[in-house]
Amino acid sequence: MFLIHEARMIVPNLHQITVEAPEVARSWRPGQFVVVRAEPEGERIPLSVADLDTKSGTITFVFLNVGYTTNRLASLEAGEFLPTVVGPLGNPLQLEPVKSVLLVGGCYGMGSLYPFAKAYHELGSEVIVVSEARSSFLLYWQERYRKLTSQVFCITRDGSLGLRGHVKQMEKIFEKHGTPELMIANGCNHLLQTACATVQPFGIRSLVSLNTIMIDGTGMCGVCRVTVGGETKFACVDGPYFDGQAVDWEELTLRRKSYLYQETLSTFSSSSCNHHLPARSA
Amino acid sequence: MSENQTQPARRFSTTQEEMPKQLAEVRVQNFEEVALGYTADLAMSEARRCLNCKKPLCVTGCPVENDIPAFLSCVVRGDFETGIQILKKTNCLPAVSGRVCPQEEQCEGVCVLHKKGAPVAIGRIERFLADWEAAQGAPKLPEKCEPTGRKVAVVGSGPAGLTVAGDLVLLGHEVTVFEALHELGGVLVYGIPEFRLPKAIVRREVEYLQSLGVKLVRDFVVGKTRSLDSLLETYDAIFIGAGAGLPWFLDVPGKNLIGVYSANEYLTRLNLMKGYRFPTMPTPIVPHHRVAVVGGGNVAMDCARSALRLGAETHIVYRRSKAELPARAEEVENAEEEGVIFDFLTLPTRILGNDQGIVIGLECVRMQLGEPDASGRRTPEPIAGSEFILDADAVICALGNSPNPLIPATTPDLAVGRKGNIVADEATGQTSKARVWAGGDVVTGAATVILAMGAGRKAARSIHEYLSSLG
Ligand SMILES: Cc1cc2nc3c(=O)[nH]c(=O)nc-3n(C[C@H](O)[C@H](O)[C@H](O)COP(=O)(O)OP(=O)(O)OC[C@H]3O[C@@H](n4cnc5c(N)ncnc54)[C@H](O)[C@@H]3O)c2cc1C
Ligand SMILES: Cc1cc2nc3c(=O)[nH]c(=O)nc-3n(C[C@H](O)[C@H](O)[C@H](O)COP(=O)(O)OP(=O)(O)OC[C@H]3O[C@@H](n4cnc5c(N)ncnc54)[C@H](O)[C@@H]3O)c2cc1C
Ligand code: SF4
Ligand code: SF4
Ligand code: FES
Repeated sequence: MFLIHEARMIVPNLHQITVEAPEVARSWRPGQFVVVRAEPEGERIPLSVADLDTKSGTITFVFLNVGYTTNRLASLEAGEFLPTVVGPLGNPLQLEPVKSVLLVGGCYGMGSLYPFAKAYHELGSEVIVVSEARSSFLLYWQERYRKLTSQVFCITRDGSLGLRGHVKQMEKIFEKHGTPELMIANGCNHLLQTACATVQPFGIRSLVSLNTIMIDGTGMCGVCRVTVGGETKFACVDGPYFDGQAVDWEELTLRRKSYLYQETLSTFSSSSCNHHLPARSA
Repeated sequence: MSENQTQPARRFSTTQEEMPKQLAEVRVQNFEEVALGYTADLAMSEARRCLNCKKPLCVTGCPVENDIPAFLSCVVRGDFETGIQILKKTNCLPAVSGRVCPQEEQCEGVCVLHKKGAPVAIGRIERFLADWEAAQGAPKLPEKCEPTGRKVAVVGSGPAGLTVAGDLVLLGHEVTVFEALHELGGVLVYGIPEFRLPKAIVRREVEYLQSLGVKLVRDFVVGKTRSLDSLLETYDAIFIGAGAGLPWFLDVPGKNLIGVYSANEYLTRLNLMKGYRFPTMPTPIVPHHRVAVVGGGNVAMDCARSALRLGAETHIVYRRSKAELPARAEEVENAEEEGVIFDFLTLPTRILGNDQGIVIGLECVRMQLGEPDASGRRTPEPIAGSEFILDADAVICALGNSPNPLIPATTPDLAVGRKGNIVADEATGQTSKARVWAGGDVVTGAATVILAMGAGRKAARSIHEYLSSLG
């Protein structure tokens, strides 16, 4: 059982939970993730680690409330427990000093890129942060990034702050500030794919955390398989970060939808109001 | 039933007592256990068939050398208490082995009565004794040796790991089991379905270990949460029973389409995550219409019979013939009774999908058996021009597993074999690394519960010798 120290919504529908998991906190390195369960008979879902404190042995995740399990997670409060927080899973990224690194995050990715910002800042690399959101009220942690770098940009779909549009707008940033050496991106698959397509003509090395379905996270089930460079890989043990220019995005996008119907069913049935869709036959 | 014990009525009977089962039409509608087990009368009657051989062949067929004639004669007398105690001297999971051992290849396969019609149904009697004991309430805790102050870490909570933990805790050592998943039991909880091995049985064994003082740590991946070397700083010895959990997929076009599963994924969703109760349980499973399971072992039978219970027409696609099916005979028979369709001598060549990336069929080719190979098995060869398409909306790959590379990858000085299995001494379980033992599927590749348990036993003995030598 893993004690929740803090749980709150940071912007609409995006939540932050800090949980005591000292063994995970001790071994975790940037790039790795954890698998959590929100309730005793709960489903296992992967989440990135957005921050950690080795002194108190806590780790922090930022997550978007999209379905059954994230909805359950969002309803938890400080003092309650998560039955499972297992990890750190996946491979840490080999962090080498580069001249400049571009961190591109959307939704929860804005949080889970923070450890890279810290790490590259310590390595002495120039850190460029790009956050993408539908509207300015969905941006968060911008001030944290500003403490580390002056190069903090945002792109909003409605143009309410920063550039208007999607991550394709990064081209404008490159024109003005030059092209970085390496991009690390985190968020939904659509954001990752668009970001990769955007930086491809600039020859920027691209590392992206692929958003697959996962169960165990240890290489046992194979549900997380993706095709990268023509080879089948397991995102949980071979990734989660891969060369974004070599990913078969079409396959990934289709596979992510494998349980679309069932997820909708369980999401509706997790609603506290029982009048929506098929009732949970509890 | 005639209960004349001085004149065993069934001595010369050539047929076994049948074990009551749920009717096929009923059991395909539920996930409850298929076989209901012998009653005391049936067990006694069946045990009376044993000839009490001077040189019992059955014992040589049992990987852990259970004293079979001894416990059978206790059953004949109705002394179940002594019977179970004899059994538990060599076998710490009789409720499991009695249910899942491939008896026809082991104890029963060599029983002298085999040639005379039917062997003694040893597995069923073993299961009876274990279930009888469980029905008597919480077991008496055996005497534990004085604490030795020595600490042992066990990696993995499958039959190998549980055996090591049970043996060493009784010898006075402090034992901690580390399990990657959130439930304990290994394949017994995530792989083998409820209808063949009720999870309550595994839970009971785990609780028993806990009552003996074994520490159980879930959600802990050795090699990730902490490295083996780091554990060696805290523990005097380590046993690795991490199993063979890395699934093999069909290497054909379409292998990543939606609806192509590894057996591990399919069974984990169902068993560990209780997906068959979706949406009451949150982990989803898709109710398919027509499922093709590729493979012919126990794992394939379990997948096929699970899919059937979820309402699908289910095919087993196997490249050899019925005689070569590696699954337990009883499960093949059960699968047939339940309506699983067997496509023998059939090799998948391609998985077909629609524009949504969803499986719509499995292209196969018919095979014929060629000349016997070195192992004596006749190699199947494709028949030219016999290609056909099996309509299916799901393909489950039950082709086998190899050991997970997580631990070797993070423990450079641990020797591994060609197939990724950890190299360990057969008699002791000792690995190439000091203070580290291993056993079960992680050493042998996918094998059986009883072999994993036997390997655990041997390793526990060797670990105890080592710890005792430390003074
Ligand atoms: C390595 C890794 C790290 C991850 N880290 C994080 C993280 O730090 N924070 C986080 O919030 N998520 C993260 N995810 C994604 C997260 O695992 C899923 O959002 C989660 O499994 C959803 O579970 P659920 O039961 O709540 O929703 P489900 O019932 O599984 O899904 C509900 C519906 O939402 C859709 N959906 C799923 N994810 C998204 C999304 N991101 N945006 C829009 N729609 C979506 C699904 O396709 C489905 O239709 C990560 C995934 C991976 C593989
Ligand atoms: C579907 C199916 C049906 C089967 N049917 C039969 C049958 O009828 N009869 C029979 O005799 N055998 C059967 N088997 C085979 C039998 O289950 C195995 O041979 C046996 O379970 C092996 O035991 P084990 O202890 O070596 O490993 P496992 O049972 O595989 O247990 C290993 C455990 O270690 C854990 N683990 C792995 N890596 C780590 C790590 N790094 N850190 C912490 N924990 C870790 C795993 O999560 C797992 O819980 C079947 C197998 C399957 C999959
Ligand atoms: S453990 Fe298995 S092989 Fe040995 S006697 Fe029991 S059923 Fe037979
Ligand atoms: S070989 Fe058969 S008949 Fe002989 S002792 Fe064993 S079980 Fe009994
Ligand atoms: S999540 Fe199961 S193998 Fe990757």
